[in-house]
Amino acid sequence: MYNEMEIRFLSLSGNEGFARAVASAFASQMNPSIEALSDIRTAVSEAVTNAIIHGYEQRDDRLVCMQMTIDNDLLTVTVRDDGCGIDDIELARKPFYTSKPELERSGMGFSVMEAFMDTVSIVSEPHKGTTITMQKRIRHGT
Amino acid sequence: MELNAQKRGQRLFVQLAGELDHHSAEQTRIMLDTLLRDITVRELILDLSGMSFMDSAGLGVILGRFRKLSMRGGKLVVKGMNASVDRIFQMSGLYAIVERQ
Repeated sequence: MYNEMEIRFLSLSGNEGFARAVASAFASQMNPSIEALSDIRTAVSEAVTNAIIHGYEQRDDRLVCMQMTIDNDLLTVTVRDDGCGIDDIELARKPFYTSKPELERSGMGFSVMEAFMDTVSIVSEPHKGTTITMQKRIRHGT
Repeated sequence: MELNAQKRGQRLFVQLAGELDHHSAEQTRIMLDTLLRDITVRELILDLSGMSFMDSAGLGVILGRFRKLSMRGGKLVVKGMNASVDRIFQMSGLYAIVERQ
């Protein structure tokens, strides 16, 4: 089975829940376990939140793009922003690192994505934007 | 985010219900910190059984309140986690810091 979708939404924090709901509904076609679905929802939430807080520095008038594909048992989620980009990707991936300690963030965003998805890749260019691509293999009932 | 609080002695029991993400984090933080202005509170017990979603922004809120209480010699206890909240708590190592009931 192959399927794909793409949505774009404003960088409003209220859209984090919307993105999770859409991702969950789309991934449901793969008949995932409740646990796998919860993992996808959490990983998507982290990626979209990163785009809003870091990519767009909490401006709420920019667009976040989310694409998803289903290729048999492989789910791919791509979250893209055209924001400020990440200077040091390796540093950003480190557990508990946050570039915005004043916001009381846990610094666990990328660690959560990595723990809950099979692969996470980050492509970022300063002042151009960031694209996060995450993949997860869904086996029926697992 | 819905919050229900009840104080018994030095213990503050708070039930949180809803989704705790970046969007609701700020409001939740303000509500909890308002309650924690009462310096006689030494123990915050968070009942999360009504919590349907939490991501790393939620961890930030819990860790921040934990630090606040630690500084006054108090503690934070979490209880009633559903499977998905439990998963992110396990994964992040939160249980090594906060008490679980």
